[in-house]
Amino acid sequence: MGVQEPYPVDVDAIREDYPILQRKVGGDISTPGEHDDDTVPLVYLDNAATSHTPKQVVEAIVDYYYGYNSNVHRGIHSLSQEASVAYENAHDRVAEFVGASGGREELVFTKNTTESMNLVAYAWGLNELEPGDSVVLTQMEHHASLVTWQQIAKKTGAEVRFIRVTDDGRLDMEHAKELIDDSTKMVSVVHVSNTLGTINPVSELADMAHEVGAYIFVDGAQSAPTRPVDVEAIDADFFAFSGHKMCGPTGIGALYGKRDILEEMDPYLYGGEMIRRVTFEDSTWEDLPWKFEAGTPPIAQGIGFGAAVDYLDDIGMENVQAHEELLAEYAYDRLSEFDDIEIYGPPGDDRGGLVAFNLDGVHAHDLSSILNEQGVAIRAGDHCTQPLHEVLGAAASTRASFYIYNTTEEIDTLVEGLEVARDLFA
Amino acid sequence: MGIGSDMYRQQILDHYKNPRNHGRLESPTFSHTGENPSCGDTITMDVQLADDGETIERVAFSGDGCAISQASASMLTQRLPGTTLSELEAMDTDDITEMLGVDISPMRIKCAVLARQVTQDGAKIHEGEIEIDKTKTEDDA
Ligand SMILES: Cc1ncc(COP(=O)(O)O)c(C=O)c1O
Repeated sequence: MGVQEPYPVDVDAIREDYPILQRKVGGDISTPGEHDDDTVPLVYLDNAATSHTPKQVVEAIVDYYYGYNSNVHRGIHSLSQEASVAYENAHDRVAEFVGASGGREELVFTKNTTESMNLVAYAWGLNELEPGDSVVLTQMEHHASLVTWQQIAKKTGAEVRFIRVTDDGRLDMEHAKELIDDSTKMVSVVHVSNTLGTINPVSELADMAHEVGAYIFVDGAQSAPTRPVDVEAIDADFFAFSGHKMCGPTGIGALYGKRDILEEMDPYLYGGEMIRRVTFEDSTWEDLPWKFEAGTPPIAQGIGFGAAVDYLDDIGMENVQAHEELLAEYAYDRLSEFDDIEIYGPPGDDRGGLVAFNLDGVHAHDLSSILNEQGVAIRAGDHCTQPLHEVLGAAASTRASFYIYNTTEEIDTLVEGLEVARDLFA
Repeated sequence: MGIGSDMYRQQILDHYKNPRNHGRLESPTFSHTGENPSCGDTITMDVQLADDGETIERVAFSGDGCAISQASASMLTQRLPGTTLSELEAMDTDDITEMLGVDISPMRIKCAVLARQVTQDGAKIHEGEIEIDKTKTEDDA
């Protein structure tokens, strides 16, 4: 099959950074960590769910635990100071990675995209929204944003509106113009859809939001890992993303927010680390971003996140994007060869690095189980977009999603696995 | 090979492709519907009891979803006639995997047990023990 070398990134060298890519699967899964009985090479195509972690990032975490593990912002001793500097610098690095010129003061570490969303929904939405206000979302929102705003709207009496998705998987921008009006206080949109692969025109939506005095929250969970992002060029008021989808560890994510907005906002969680002065009667808050990071933070994870964006910048985000696009188009083309496959979302030359589809007559979960036998790891289900699947008229779908270490041969293995499923179910 | 390959043995595929007792009963003693929200599997079980009000006489199922959930429902319609409601209530996950005759991977257990859960809930509603509209196995989204 068509190998499209040279790749935009040095895949062979990159794969060396990931010991997990050498393993096989197929053995007893009740004994994690024991792989003697594994038989088939792993083909990992579930990167939109979580990416793998390169040695460089694991080493940064090991260096922290072996060399300067300590709580931050509390001790005068050397270890605590080293940990504090590393943890603070990681904020600056991650801020720079998405183009936030304000550095750490505009970049809050959270647990993940979901928590970043909830932080704004609670700290801003719960206080500011009232009956008569609207929050505009899209039909392709991930549950992280859809459920959060839906529930905050219920508490505040605000209305939630959904920008329609067109038949070719894009946002209906005419509909967006109708929905975003004077009642709108927040527009919350996914940058790259984790189901359709659509790349949404977020800076145009930002202009539309700002014209009516609303904020725009961009869900960058799938965009920050896969393309250069400049929050200031987008003019996003908030931008959220997760470390674990971009070579970082789990347990760490980020919320970018414009400084003046973050300053106005109340804290989300209260406790230690986020306060300046406390009396029995009242308290005052620490500076940004610490005001939003109550309690002992995920220090190792934050430092690991910093190492992850260093790693990605070394490869170059333009190259990452080019590689994603190459694989997306290759997968789209190969899957399009078959009449019994329905692909969701825009064409192959205009999408992020993932393809969700259904094979006629085989339920997504069965397909995923059968592909798993061939070593192919893909996601089956609703990908946390149940309402979108209702719009698509599918209860579930199968999703292959790619990253810097994937190859066109792995996509060929996926396509061969589909043949096995066809035979079984024929 | 791993668990997956065993999961699609001929018996399961046969019940999926040629479901037994598929459709609705004309006058069921009780019917109940359930779903796996995350997979989109839905199953309706119709149960007809004998005159003693305790012994299951006939069972039919309808619905759609993955091979595991549908095959499990099909097999259950053959397995249940002759058993009593208390025997139905005592059925657990092991009974289902035994009936299916294959190892079900942990992520797919929900699919396998949906039909049993729906039938058990239907019986409990019939006996006035619980009041629910629809059975939902927990979501894994
Ligand atoms: C578009 C999108 N938004 C939000 C999330 C939630 O990310 P997390 O689970 O890391 O909070 C995901 C990933 O699952 C996603 O793909």
